[in-house]
Amino acid sequence: MSDGAKGLTRQQMCDRLAMEFQDGWIVNLGIGIPTLCSNFDFGDKGIIFHAENGVIGYGPLTGPGREDLHLVNAGGQHVTLNPGAAIVHHADSFGIIRSGRIDVTVLGAYEVAENGDFANWKMAGQKGGGIGGAMDLAACAKHVFVAMEQVTRNGHPRLVERCAIPATARGVVDLVITNYGLFAITPEGMALREIAPGVTVDEIKATTGCNLSIPREVPPVRLRG
Amino acid sequence: MPKNKVYPSFADAVRDVPDGSVVGFGGFAVVGMPINLYKALAEQGAKGLTCVSNGTRGGATLPADGPDMGWLIQNGQVKKVICAFTAPTRASQKLVFSEYYEKGLIDAELVPQGTLAERMRAAGAGIPAFYTPAAIGTELAEGRETRIFNGREYLLEEALPLDYALIRAYQADAFGNLRFRRSQRNFNPLMAMAARVTIVEVEEDILPVGAIDPDDVHLSGIFVHRLVKIPPPPEGWWPQRPGAVAKLETAGNVR
Repeated sequence: MSDGAKGLTRQQMCDRLAMEFQDGWIVNLGIGIPTLCSNFDFGDKGIIFHAENGVIGYGPLTGPGREDLHLVNAGGQHVTLNPGAAIVHHADSFGIIRSGRIDVTVLGAYEVAENGDFANWKMAGQKGGGIGGAMDLAACAKHVFVAMEQVTRNGHPRLVERCAIPATARGVVDLVITNYGLFAITPEGMALREIAPGVTVDEIKATTGCNLSIPREVPPVRLRG
Repeated sequence: MPKNKVYPSFADAVRDVPDGSVVGFGGFAVVGMPINLYKALAEQGAKGLTCVSNGTRGGATLPADGPDMGWLIQNGQVKKVICAFTAPTRASQKLVFSEYYEKGLIDAELVPQGTLAERMRAAGAGIPAFYTPAAIGTELAEGRETRIFNGREYLLEEALPLDYALIRAYQADAFGNLRFRRSQRNFNPLMAMAARVTIVEVEEDILPVGAIDPDDVHLSGIFVHRLVKIPPPPEGWWPQRPGAVAKLETAGNVR
């Protein structure tokens, strides 16, 4: 867990990805770490959050005691609606996804490979799994960003040559944030873009399980707009 | 107007569900989930059921042992589940389902959520099958029919017809025209479209025919067959604020 450990906090990780969202983007956030992207201050940018359960244009979480029991996001969190929000059923919600109208989905993952494959629905040796909307989103969103820890609980790299566990989708990930830094998937493979404060390039190399293109000067992770 | 669709009790509404039925349960994270109909079907006892739902349990607004698919599973009523989640979304969660699945007592078909929704929409729309890009390149697509359209590979998915759909709605008129509130809509209209018989638990008093403006109907009563008004608690089950559920569970007096 990065909070209290090395590098970026989970909120800083999500803030960094949220900086990439463009004005007017339709954004879908996966369960877990990615939901923190909605806490980012987007300023003048108009960002529309889409949830798999058909809520389009949801806003901040409600406080305890103020929940609308009819209104949750895809993570089951009680949310509010922003002006201009709309509700559709599940088939229309996934119609929005499959027809390519989601600009970016931010998902958690167990592994991301250097060719853009990623795995997030089933752990090694597990019977069953939790796909939810991840396969539809990953196959169809214009951009797929991943937010995850640099290493597993046992210290193994999550950035790998090839996914060892069952993939969610192939060749779709653009950008990965970990507590150690920001990584881009390019036609040439994985590239380190920015490095977290307090983390060294050697530490990144030692915890990355694939070839990594590293610029001579690695800029620090941008932490504010 | 056709025969009366308003049933006096949940027990009456599910009485004829036979063994071996394919039953869809609507709802997403408890919102729109047919909590009372889960309970009624558990009490009715039909066996060998194939249960279709987003997942196998409720969520934070329902006590951990409140009525959900877990009740049917513990009763030995479930042969198979068709779901988008067959594992908990958090490592700390325990599913009744997992225990039975790991022992091989229940079959499961894991389906991407959008595919699950569209398979039921297709069943309700008279479409036998369709192609989707979801799950291409994954183990779910292994050995299955795919086809290239405009240079992209798609997976063939078949419609998923239901014998019964059990759903929850906000308002209904006596013909079964339904309105849902906020994220309550989710899978519910699609399951109703896919089903031979749709049974609805309704939150507000059932309205006279014509009381809902035609422009405001979310699901036509054509897709709806039985309606039951949910009684106030404790007789009827209603979601509660997460804080209230936690308090109830700490006190150890759930149910």
